[in-house]
Amino acid sequence: MNVAEIIAQRRLAPSVPLRLLSALGAVIAALAVAPLLGMPQFVQALIIEILIFSLLALSLNVLLGYTGLVSFGHAAFFAISGYAVGIVGMHVGSDILLTFPLAVLAAALCAVPIGWLSIRLSGFYFLMITFAFAQIVFVASFRWKPVTGGSDGLLVPGATLLGAPILGSREAFYYFVLAVFAICAAVLYAVVISRFGRTLVGIRESTPRMRALGYNVRRYKLAAFVIGAAFGGVAGVLNSLFNLFIAPESAHWTQSALVLVMVLIGGAGYFVGPIIGAAIVLLLQHWLSSYTEYWGLVLGILFIVLITGAREGVAGLVMQGWARMRGKVP
Amino acid sequence: MAAVRASRISKSYGAFVALKDVDLLVAPGERRAIIGPNGAGKTTLFSIIAGQKQPTSGTISINGSETTGARPDQLWARGLSRTFQRNQLFQNLTVWENVELACSAHYRGFSTSVSRDALEEEIGGILERVNLLGSHDVRVANMAYGGQRQLELALALAGRPKILLLDEPTAGMSPAETQAMLKMMIALPRDMTILIVEHDMDVVFSLADRVMVLNLGEVLADGTVQEIQNDKNVSEIYMGKAL
Amino acid sequence: MFDFLIAQTLNGLVYSMLLFLLALGLSLTFGMLRVINLAHGAFYLMGAYFGLTAWTITHSFAAAIAAAIVGAAFVGMALERSWLQRFYTRNELDQVILTFGFALVFADIMKMLWGKDIHSIPVPSLVSGGVQIVGTYFPTYRLILIGVGIVLFVATWLAIERTRTGALIRASVADRTMVSGLGFNIRLLFTYVFGFGTAIAGLAGVLGAPITGIYPGLDFEVLITTLIVVVVGGLGNISGAFWAALLIGLAETYGKALYPAAASFIIFGLMAAVLLIRAWGRDEEDVE
Repeated sequence: MNVAEIIAQRRLAPSVPLRLLSALGAVIAALAVAPLLGMPQFVQALIIEILIFSLLALSLNVLLGYTGLVSFGHAAFFAISGYAVGIVGMHVGSDILLTFPLAVLAAALCAVPIGWLSIRLSGFYFLMITFAFAQIVFVASFRWKPVTGGSDGLLVPGATLLGAPILGSREAFYYFVLAVFAICAAVLYAVVISRFGRTLVGIRESTPRMRALGYNVRRYKLAAFVIGAAFGGVAGVLNSLFNLFIAPESAHWTQSALVLVMVLIGGAGYFVGPIIGAAIVLLLQHWLSSYTEYWGLVLGILFIVLITGAREGVAGLVMQGWARMRGKVP
Repeated sequence: MAAVRASRISKSYGAFVALKDVDLLVAPGERRAIIGPNGAGKTTLFSIIAGQKQPTSGTISINGSETTGARPDQLWARGLSRTFQRNQLFQNLTVWENVELACSAHYRGFSTSVSRDALEEEIGGILERVNLLGSHDVRVANMAYGGQRQLELALALAGRPKILLLDEPTAGMSPAETQAMLKMMIALPRDMTILIVEHDMDVVFSLADRVMVLNLGEVLADGTVQEIQNDKNVSEIYMGKAL
Repeated sequence: MFDFLIAQTLNGLVYSMLLFLLALGLSLTFGMLRVINLAHGAFYLMGAYFGLTAWTITHSFAAAIAAAIVGAAFVGMALERSWLQRFYTRNELDQVILTFGFALVFADIMKMLWGKDIHSIPVPSLVSGGVQIVGTYFPTYRLILIGVGIVLFVATWLAIERTRTGALIRASVADRTMVSGLGFNIRLLFTYVFGFGTAIAGLAGVLGAPITGIYPGLDFEVLITTLIVVVVGGLGNISGAFWAALLIGLAETYGKALYPAAASFIIFGLMAAVLLIRAWGRDEEDVE
């Protein structure tokens, strides 16, 4: 085989990820149609919650799955933007064209110094420093009563557009979240399959190699960190506007741990993994909390089983099953 | 103007002296080998030239400009590429994707665009040179060790280097694989400066023009292959037999 | 003012010693096994609960201590044998997730067995008195704790630096494959070291019970502070763990007493600062 033949062969090969993506597209389309077919209110609320956390999990995966940066402080950005919506809404104006971008910007701007410092470390130490920064955010939101309302939390004014309140009805908010999610997921996908995204994968696989190949690894890591924070910020805005409330718990390490679980359960190695993970974790949480208070036990067992037997998460299991069904060895 | 010049390089870790006042001059297009027993400091010197470590004192220059303290990615921009002693490959990607990442480094930023055809041609060309075209679709983690070493070389060549640093390229290879690798290295363009750290003496004497021998952090001998082969000190400390 | 400072210093020292006991196990486990055990806090609480049950039955503090040590060691070694061993070759993240999973499981099992109420073990009557130190009354029990911490530090340090087993442990830290190649039963040694680590965590739990109380959630509270100590002291560094425990313990105690609002900031900020200073000093990236 010569070079020309190989190039031709490569161009013909089907793209596996496209299948998972079409599935995602179909799901989004189904979700768009469902309320028109009579979806109960509580299911709508559940879907909204799943979409919000799916976005948060997707944003974390830019760092975790693609760049190999295991952050234990991602909830910090979720909380920062969440609080920013409330604070701007209360003191400046609740127009969504103002609060939304400002809140996301707040998260992204905070990510710059935090990221710049954190990426100088790796592995366990990176985990610990991201954890430390997130705890600082948590303590700040807990203690800075005049601004954040302290342990009582902050009431977030409902979104308005040019003076008139919008997104008041559950359905309106549902479509809003669905649209934002779809757009963000599309953007994130474009980012990870781009050359930039492949560079991140290279950094994950071998940072020394990437350096030797001429890449300024620090710059890429920082970019990934800020992008992850920005989209996490979007999730935070949606969360605040949904609950019309935000509390310090949103920045607590347990929140960071929860997002981490979602990514890992769904499968960090696949784009849609975090979405699957968020859905599973939230559904489990809602279903189990009515039966038992030992949610920690279930989560713990999930962690153990996952890491021992299903390293690639549910998405991985699905892909393996698929491959096996088609007669190929995974 | 020397391609690589190391002046009075010293490196200590606390009380332990890894390198002491090492001078190295590599002319453009020269093929230079650094040899020495284990612990001689070869890898330390190599790491310093490659920008991975900083010397305690001394300077490094590449093509006349000082590069002491420069990062590996900065050195790459100056035309220096290297292989790693222990493979640093993208294990979960295919051979093609590995080289693609390496070649893409030339086309970063929004301003520099490249046609897909040109990039693919380049990738294919490199794989052909290192005889890995047939395994373009194989995941690196599933490759045999010899193939992985070839890929290491391919990634370094993708940088279009003027100066190529090879860190024990034939380490762990079978005699057949070593011969194949040697052939590949000899076939490299003559205007490419090559600096190689090696243990295999056959490879060294077949490939190199000049050889530097390090022992316990200091330069023991420095000369042509002939001179080193006839140097009594070298054969004494290095191997207990005549070369 | 002065006796306030003395009291806080002594309290800080007590807290530091408890932290050291915890940090010792965690640091040793990492240094030798290269495993980060996020379930370590659970063993602290476990020891306290085992001790509580023993005390409730026998009303003997000595029995409580014994139960704590044996119980924590047993569960620790069982965990190591059954599960952890398979994870020595896996990467850091996998180990973190596994041990975190066990931490969650242990936490809920303990909640199931001992309930959600706050318990305590009273100080043994033998040492329930107090001592006058520079004008402040200080409980004897706490002074003994400080002593225990120092003794354990010296004893462990000597054991590691001066005995054959200690040499083996240090060698395994440096080069595990080499040591097993020399014929020693590395696997057994690892199990014992892990068990030792969890045992002293359990010991810390039962000794600290009269002071901190016993309640669900304590495991994660102590885990966080222990992680900070271990990071500041250096993973695998025993004397580092001791000095870091002193630093963090005193800093947190003074912080809570003098600037309660800033106390948490101080220790997290300290850890972040130490991590960053170390990272800056490291200008080389070593590739094996």
